[in-house]
Amino acid sequence: MEPRHTISVWVDNTPGVLSRVTGLFSGRGFNIESLCVAETMDPQVSRITIVSTGDEQITEQIIKQLHKLINVVTVVDLSEKEHVEREMALVTVKAEDKSRAEVLRIADIFRCRVVDVSPHTYSLEITGNYEKIGAVLGLLKNHGILDVVRSGTLAIQRPKKD
Amino acid sequence: MKKMTGAEIFLECLKREKVKDIFGYPGGVVLDIYDELTRHPDIHHILVRHEQAAAHAADGYARASAKVGVALVTSGPGATNTVTGIASAYMDSIPIVVFTGQVPTALIGNDAFQEVDIVGITRPCTKHNYLVKDVKDLAYTIHAAFHIARSGRPGPVLVDLPKDVIQARTVPDFPKEIKIKSYQPTYHANPRQVKRALEMILSAKKPVLYTGGGIIMSSASEELRKFAETLQIPVTSTLMGLGGFPGDNPLWMGMLGMHGTYCANMAISETDVLIAVGARFDDRITGKLSEFAPHAKIIHIDIDPSSISKNVVVDIPIVGDCKDALQQMNALLKEKESQDWAAVRAPWLDTVKDWEKKHPLTYAWSDTVIKPQYVVQKLWELTKGEAFITTEVGQNQMWAAQFYKFKRPRQLMTSGGLGVMGYGFPAAMGVQVAQPGATVIDIAGDGSIQMNIQELITVVENDLPVKIAILNNSFLGMVRQWQQLFYEKRYSSTPMRAPDFVKLAEAYGAVGLRATKPEEVEPVIKKALETPKPVIMDFRVEPEECVMPMVPAGKAMHEMLLA
Repeated sequence: MEPRHTISVWVDNTPGVLSRVTGLFSGRGFNIESLCVAETMDPQVSRITIVSTGDEQITEQIIKQLHKLINVVTVVDLSEKEHVEREMALVTVKAEDKSRAEVLRIADIFRCRVVDVSPHTYSLEITGNYEKIGAVLGLLKNHGILDVVRSGTLAIQRPKKD
Repeated sequence: MKKMTGAEIFLECLKREKVKDIFGYPGGVVLDIYDELTRHPDIHHILVRHEQAAAHAADGYARASAKVGVALVTSGPGATNTVTGIASAYMDSIPIVVFTGQVPTALIGNDAFQEVDIVGITRPCTKHNYLVKDVKDLAYTIHAAFHIARSGRPGPVLVDLPKDVIQARTVPDFPKEIKIKSYQPTYHANPRQVKRALEMILSAKKPVLYTGGGIIMSSASEELRKFAETLQIPVTSTLMGLGGFPGDNPLWMGMLGMHGTYCANMAISETDVLIAVGARFDDRITGKLSEFAPHAKIIHIDIDPSSISKNVVVDIPIVGDCKDALQQMNALLKEKESQDWAAVRAPWLDTVKDWEKKHPLTYAWSDTVIKPQYVVQKLWELTKGEAFITTEVGQNQMWAAQFYKFKRPRQLMTSGGLGVMGYGFPAAMGVQVAQPGATVIDIAGDGSIQMNIQELITVVENDLPVKIAILNNSFLGMVRQWQQLFYEKRYSSTPMRAPDFVKLAEAYGAVGLRATKPEEVEPVIKKALETPKPVIMDFRVEPEECVMPMVPAGKAMHEMLLA
């Protein structure tokens, strides 16, 4: 598989900007694995976190092409830096009889939160990196996943420690 | 300051941008602007007959004048008709600003009459675009549009103007200067990189300069000539770069690429240091990528970082204005001890000359049938190489590029990147408006001229004495050529009938001339050049002539077909 890159993009918080960014990806044949976007502390600026796959040359092009957009303020390839990534997933899983305890045990081991309970199901909130969420979902699959929704990846650079 | 309407602000902004000429077509939502135009006789509006022509004319105007070209059209179909022209300007990095009318803001999104999301449609083919939702933002947006269009790597900018914004009143705030924090092009090339590059060039045995439209856009021709002549480096260029280096200079090898000269393509295949300046390694240049310039270290100077290492991995990237980088190199050269570069370079230049002699650009002469190349040669001769040339797209474009020896930058306007049939004639119109006294010739085919033939009445009406030279072969010649070479002569939908161009010219009030034999070519061109009116020259040329040499698509550059 081609390497994953997590790219942070600061953009003007104006209408149409997201479309410029995603249009650039589709128009030039770049992949978007996931995408998160919300306002920053400065309401005039939004921050987009994009996870993309591609070799070095493609990633270099992605970053350069993003820079070229007039509304893009800054682009950082976090994959090149010390950073922390988190995703969230909400999952509703079947939980009946003896599997009720097992589902809870999995939730506990992976520090998931139970956000809803019904006689036959649990809804869990999972946070973690991409791999962890994949692992939890893999385990829960055996019990029957009824519904699942995943956020894109959020990532933040670690401050220098000196 | 008193309140002004959006339409008044619009025209005031154009004046502040020193706009003299605009190409446009009115319609419902831009009525207020057109009404305001009646109070501004100093702004000359040329009424085109199709909005696509307005965009191409603005493009031709921009190239010929080194200013920003301006088009003004209405909403909906008026706007969508400009898209081809915008996309062409985007591919060729031409600074134009296209103003489109839009339905009133309250109706946007309602599928109103003549409503279209033109900002959405043109997002991928403009450098930037704007929808102005508040008249308070109008002045800033217009000036920002001009700023973005002309700075950095230039390109088209579209500004969408809803009718209520044009009609609203405000006390305008005209910005003295536009500063966009997220948009700061790098003009000054990194001196360390320049120095590294120069060292590589100085140690090269077989260097080649490969130049593109960037030389013309940054007005770096003089710097390029000085640099090439000092170090005695042979020069080739892309279609977009023609005129950036004098076509009669001994170091000139001709255009490279798919229909480039044998000499230029061989030089690229043999060079040890390739210096790309303001060019972008387009597929029509490189042929098979893996075999492009196989022995070369590559230096790439470009103002657009995304052009560097996009198609070809580069050894020394230099982001900056071509002119700035070449100036720095020339200055560094002055400090160095002088060397007899002519002697150093002699073996390499001899090899280059040998290639040139072995396979010069040529064609088989005929006493009975007009060869299209001969027409272009005669046009060059009889205009003393001074005319502004525009082209359509296809064989006409390649013969113009091969056989008209361009002397100076901004002399050739052609839709290089997008390859728009129908570009040349409206572009010629724009060139003629920018250069009123000059000879402007559109070298056309019988196919492509029909794509914007309606503009004949525009040039007649506005006394624009544009000359059109149709290389009429009753085929869509370039597609036919591919069918001949790669599809066993199955001429699918390429034979075509054309109207009687002489009568057509006359019907429009222009002059029509025809040549059917080689000896008629010269008198027809002479007559056309003497005629102070728009003229169509209908040259009935050899129907199945091919543009040669040719690097078949996907082949390496040294695998040229020569005849």
